Amino acid sequence: MGIGKSIQRVDARAKVTGQAKYTQDLMTQPMMVAKVVHSTIANGVVTGFDLDEALKVPGVIKIVTCFDVPEIDFCTPGHPWSVEAAHQDVQDRRLLNQRVRYYGDDVAAVIAEDEIAAVKAARLVKVHYEEYPALVDVADAMAEGAVAMHDNVPDNILKHTSFALGDESFDEAVKEKGLILVDQTYDTQRVQHCHIELPVSFAYQDGNGKITVTTSTQIPHIVRRVIGQALGIPWGQVRVIKPYIGGGFGNKQDVLYEPLNAFLSLQVGGRPVKLELTREETFADTRVRHAIRFHMQGAVRPDGTLVARRVEAFSNQGGYASHGHAIVANASNMIKQLYRDEKALESESYTVYTSTVAGGAMRGYGIPQGDFAAECLMDDLAAAIHMDPLAFRLKNCMEEGYKDPHNGITFYSYGLKKCIEAGKEAVHWDEKRAAYACQTGSRRRGIGMAIFCYKTGVYPISLETATCRMVLNQDGSIQLMMGATEIGQGADTVFTQMAAEVLGVTEDKVYIVSTQDTDVTPFDTGAYASRQSYVSGKAVKKTAEMMKEKILEYAAWKLKMDQQTLDIRNNMIVTAEGEELLTMEALATEALYSLERSVHITAEATSHCKENTFASGACFAEVEVDMPLGKVNVLKIINVHDSGILMNPKLAEAQVHGGMSMGLGYGLSEELMYDAKGKPLNNNLLDYKLPTAMDTPELNVEFIELQDPTGPFGNKALGEPPAIPVAPAIRNAVLQATGIGFNQLPMEPQRLVAAFKEKGLI
Amino acid sequence: MYDIGSFYEAASVEDAIRKLQEWPDAEIISGGSDVLIKIREGKLAGRSLVSIHNIAVLKGVTMEEDGTIVIGPGTSFSHITAHPLVQQHIPMLGYAVDQVGGPQIRNIGTIGGNVCNGVTSADSASSLFAYNAILELTGPEGIRQVPIQEFYTGPGKTVRRHEEVMTAIRIRRRDYEGYTGCYIKYGKRNAMEIATLGCACLVKLSRDKKVVEDMRIAYGVAAPTPVRCPETEKSVSGQAVSKALLLQTGKGVLNEVNPRTSWRASKEFRLQLVEELAKRAMAQAIRNGGGEVDA
Repeated sequence: MGIGKSIQRVDARAKVTGQAKYTQDLMTQPMMVAKVVHSTIANGVVTGFDLDEALKVPGVIKIVTCFDVPEIDFCTPGHPWSVEAAHQDVQDRRLLNQRVRYYGDDVAAVIAEDEIAAVKAARLVKVHYEEYPALVDVADAMAEGAVAMHDNVPDNILKHTSFALGDESFDEAVKEKGLILVDQTYDTQRVQHCHIELPVSFAYQDGNGKITVTTSTQIPHIVRRVIGQALGIPWGQVRVIKPYIGGGFGNKQDVLYEPLNAFLSLQVGGRPVKLELTREETFADTRVRHAIRFHMQGAVRPDGTLVARRVEAFSNQGGYASHGHAIVANASNMIKQLYRDEKALESESYTVYTSTVAGGAMRGYGIPQGDFAAECLMDDLAAAIHMDPLAFRLKNCMEEGYKDPHNGITFYSYGLKKCIEAGKEAVHWDEKRAAYACQTGSRRRGIGMAIFCYKTGVYPISLETATCRMVLNQDGSIQLMMGATEIGQGADTVFTQMAAEVLGVTEDKVYIVSTQDTDVTPFDTGAYASRQSYVSGKAVKKTAEMMKEKILEYAAWKLKMDQQTLDIRNNMIVTAEGEELLTMEALATEALYSLERSVHITAEATSHCKENTFASGACFAEVEVDMPLGKVNVLKIINVHDSGILMNPKLAEAQVHGGMSMGLGYGLSEELMYDAKGKPLNNNLLDYKLPTAMDTPELNVEFIELQDPTGPFGNKALGEPPAIPVAPAIRNAVLQATGIGFNQLPMEPQRLVAAFKEKGLI
Repeated sequence: MYDIGSFYEAASVEDAIRKLQEWPDAEIISGGSDVLIKIREGKLAGRSLVSIHNIAVLKGVTMEEDGTIVIGPGTSFSHITAHPLVQQHIPMLGYAVDQVGGPQIRNIGTIGGNVCNGVTSADSASSLFAYNAILELTGPEGIRQVPIQEFYTGPGKTVRRHEEVMTAIRIRRRDYEGYTGCYIKYGKRNAMEIATLGCACLVKLSRDKKVVEDMRIAYGVAAPTPVRCPETEKSVSGQAVSKALLLQTGKGVLNEVNPRTSWRASKEFRLQLVEELAKRAMAQAIRNGGGEVDA
């Protein structure tokens, strides 16, 4: 009972037996089907349509084009809205777009009686364009004379920020005699979330005029607001329902096609319309992890002191701002936080519009990119001074009590160095580094590592607010309602444990309402930023404390005892000494039906979180490289996490497994590719190399559990961190094995073979 | 939902042929693991289908009196892999078709479909080339036997006519007896993959296991169609087993393949694989035959 126990997931039975309802399962009434017509150029303007052939397809009801939508530009990222205009997200897209900004942009939509008719008609819609050159890379978009993707951003630089730390500039700092300098460019690629359930929604209008959208999202309350904004209707007129969802990983922390779906329903008199993407559309037309190029310079003393770094980061935003500059800014901040530069750190970050699919949120929110750059540089610096990279990190990494000089986020419970030590022991670091120091032959082994830090939630950069509601049922059980969402990570289970812990009841007496319905569910911004167990957990704790007070107040009245002497344990009202006085059931029945004093005991509380803390950790990877075939075989891999007290250790371990799997794909095989004309090449699960179970080694996990004083239960971020350090750890292991530092992700065979040939190793 | 024009479930080969004559734009469907994908992609959207899925005579593996192994083209990959005749006499083919996609695909996909699809990356193709398979095609004018080397005419193109059904895949005793082999599928991951390159090598060793009496090597994706490397095979046959012989094979095959550059892999990379896989497949084939060789 309570936190810290590996209780079974509260939704395990429903999910395993297929009883759990997802969006598709709720389409019980007949519906029309909408299909989006996507542009077949990457950059340009729609000049007209020829709809004759498409309209002839039997079953087609209506075709809506970019000339038919409201002239409203709206933003899509799942951020809390800002009441200050200067901090609002960039509003740069319409429901359907005349100005085409990537290959696949939404230019029209077909509504038909069934899917076959919709697909057939969508293929027959002829679109006329004025075409501009594709701008696939940041360099293309920043080149002199490049077409502006958005008129109000003539140079395509959505945002440029910079900061510097230290009394000297980088250039002054590196004048010191005897410094060793490293200057490298590290490239991270565009990858996709690959959640199992594709984006899907259905929309209809109620008799009272309310537009209801049921959708697979991480952020129902934000979806409601954005639908209101995009359609230019009052937010209260929109109702969003979020049932169980099959994963999101940040892609569904964006408002994708819900506003268009709502609009299309209104185009057919509010009748139900469904809109489900294909996997190909999900790759090409939703969001991706930003490809970021880092130009990194580092200066180190031969004794291993990190003296100065300079970072220039260029983030490929794609055609629409979505989460925009927040991603690369996050990366640059983490590079700053993770290591101390004795004299100087300079950082420049650019977010650049290109004519590719928009970058958005994805597990780690810029930190996997930043960590790859930071941790490649650290190994390259260590190699340059012939120092053990683990010792080099211990000497320079962020220390206990670290406080970010800009945003004040503080490292309270500090487990970073303990993680490094635990990983070192688990993989026999010293022995393996020595054993693999000098190798010949075509198969070579190496061991490498990477560390990271990750903040918990978004305070103070953005609002952190969460609400919880509890209702006492007549039998003494509790209804628990959260605005925070279950997206597969186990949030419902952990909230149930938290409520049981504070209330003094067993988990089987807590019924969490998994579905969010914005008409009835308390407000929360949703699942992202590894925030819910921390931020929304505070709301559970606060509400449960209020609830307990109310229950005990009633119990004290009923028992004619002093409330201060009462407590709840194991579903019983007890004295402080544990003497059992009354069951919760008896109390609840009395409270509701009492002829003398009927009380409906409920509690609702908002927690406005104004705290943050760092989680951290390390990954260690041992690899064998089959050089003639360019294959990296991961022999052993372990993640060690400093995420505070674990609410449910089994769920925590599973969370880490999933993250490591994502990290392996990021490091070795995944990349969404485009041709020179900006057309996606591999937007399907055959050609996009998501690792399979057969590609995944045994995943080892350890935790350093330290009580964090700011967490509601000593806990801090864990959701995103596991995906962060894996790719750089593998890269650094390959560096030890082969002597070649691969600075471009993924480290896929063709790239490796080319490098081995160039160096004469094969 | 799939956009299918009309659908006909054929009761027999003759029935299927008749329907194909009647419907000039129809496609044959057996397991459907290729055809349905093409319908969904739009390439075959709206087309009519003649199903040979329920024709019993097209399924199973048997041996004729002279030792010829006959594989029904409608046999699924997983049935081929598990069949005792395959395991005993042509295990390389059983292994090769076990590399297709994943378990679900192998339970539905058929070897006949894999071959008739005409693609160079088919996992069964290079092994069937090495075993000198003979393909039986039945059409309105009767039955013809086509050696697999003459079956492919280009990417996605074969000599099979619209109204012809593949009715048998034959491997003669002389083409498998005494041979041991190895198929290596090179993909960027270990499952759910189409080969970047496939290499099948068969060897027949002398009684004392010291000499390669005969060697056959075939590739998928090393050219627009699956290919054999006859010059290299000739130069190797009769030579003593040695590491040098492996190196000679690796160099030799480079002159007999013609891979192309695509965004999936460059020509240079595929050539690297052609050479490396030749050495590895041949070494393993020799070891499987009881020979000893350092790779």
